[in-house]
Amino acid sequence: MNKVYIAGIGQTVVGEHWDRSLANLSAQALLAALHEAGDPAVDALYAGNLLASSASKQSNIGALIASNAGLTGVETFTAEAGEASGAAALRMGYLAVRSGYARTALVVGVEKVTDMVGGGIDNVIAHSTDYDFEAMSGITSTTLAGLLMARYIAQYHVPADGLGALPVMAHANAVHNPNAIFRRAISMDAYRKAGMVSAPLNMFDAAPYADGAAAVLLTCDPAIARAGGKALVEIRASAGAVDTLALHDRPEPLMFSAVTASTQKALALAGMVLQDMQIYEVWDAFSIYAVLSIEANGLAARGDGWRWVADNKDMALVTMGGNKARGLPLGAAGLYQAVEAAMQLRGEAGENQVEGAEHAIIQAMGGPAANVITHILSRSASTY
Amino acid sequence: MEIPRHWRIQKQRYSLVGEECPHCSAKIFPPRDVCPECGGEAKEPYRFSGRGSVYSYTVMNNAPAGFEESLPYTIALVQLEEGPTVTAQLTDLGEQPVEIGMPVEMVTRRIKQDGGRQGMLIYGYKFRPVMG
Repeated sequence: MNKVYIAGIGQTVVGEHWDRSLANLSAQALLAALHEAGDPAVDALYAGNLLASSASKQSNIGALIASNAGLTGVETFTAEAGEASGAAALRMGYLAVRSGYARTALVVGVEKVTDMVGGGIDNVIAHSTDYDFEAMSGITSTTLAGLLMARYIAQYHVPADGLGALPVMAHANAVHNPNAIFRRAISMDAYRKAGMVSAPLNMFDAAPYADGAAAVLLTCDPAIARAGGKALVEIRASAGAVDTLALHDRPEPLMFSAVTASTQKALALAGMVLQDMQIYEVWDAFSIYAVLSIEANGLAARGDGWRWVADNKDMALVTMGGNKARGLPLGAAGLYQAVEAAMQLRGEAGENQVEGAEHAIIQAMGGPAANVITHILSRSASTY
Repeated sequence: MEIPRHWRIQKQRYSLVGEECPHCSAKIFPPRDVCPECGGEAKEPYRFSGRGSVYSYTVMNNAPAGFEESLPYTIALVQLEEGPTVTAQLTDLGEQPVEIGMPVEMVTRRIKQDGGRQGMLIYGYKFRPVMG
């Protein structure tokens, strides 16, 4: 089985791109990735996208992207796993290249939230929940996070501002990310005063949905991987796990068992342990999801994850702003995580550079950890 | 408008009809093809009592389209006394503060109007505090 190198990366600014289409956004990201890798022939194109068939009335996204970008000779389809669609597409690209079936795989995540104006977009995003028995009661994805946060705070006697450390950290890191939607730091005081969205979840506990596209060019050919003159970065492992779709069907809602399973599978495949990672791009669609992920990965005891965010010195989190401050372009977010981790491992993260970054774990989830997909990336020169 | 799917699950929405697994006696809501407890096929209808308690709750300030008129409303995870948990709005709260652990009972109420002002009225389960 082949090594899988990231030979090229590309991303757009995350924001409200009223004047740009799905095709146009995706082209910017994928062309940047292709050019970096010396414009090799592409065998397969995998697209990650969640909302387009509802919000843009456009399906067959792979064909759309290929047509617009003049990608002839590819095979393509879209991977969907709720908000983890980008990570699902990345997994498809990884499997295609690792198996030797594809010499190069272009993976593009793209989302156009702004193709739909008004309250209806929350309904569409809620398609990731159980439509018949969750969405139909009038909930959004935010409601589920609010329910978890309320239970967590009550069960573990967490102070009202206990989950604020991660949003504050995310915003601080995004100041130095030119692709982030929000580039201003926020204070704990601002967190404490923030308006409630789904109490106790406040405005700073929820990542902003936005438009964006990010892409990676994967290859097993070291010559292509070296074409851009960048430090070699590999995807060492990829693994997914599923839990019940509906939050109410979990025996223990505060235990994100799919996070545990996905991480353990990925680590086992890589022959590594979590402590080998300098970077953890945790899924912070909501601050409570990040805290529960940290606990599910055994980094903190149950009820202590919120403290670990502030206290831990071993692992860098949300290094380019995470979903909270870089922004959450839903189906593209998993690719943004991959691009950001690759930048870190290449030593190209500028002011946000994590010193000595050799290994990164990136994790995306659909819904409240209903579908969790994890990747481990390493600098190729690293011994492990 | 989504008449077929509303019709399909009306017993669940109006009467909290789920299933009892014939292999392990687990009570299941909503119905599904395979029992989540024992893995056997689950088919026997079972009508839940409607009694439960609040596992968690949140007050929503931003509603999805179609629910704006009800704002602000409270959503809860309600643990039914027979075992399963459901997601539902709380209603008839009055001045009473909601608390985790609070006993509640099921009522059938209007959830929304499907397809705008002239649309079909969708009814379903909500939960209210048990009196006394």
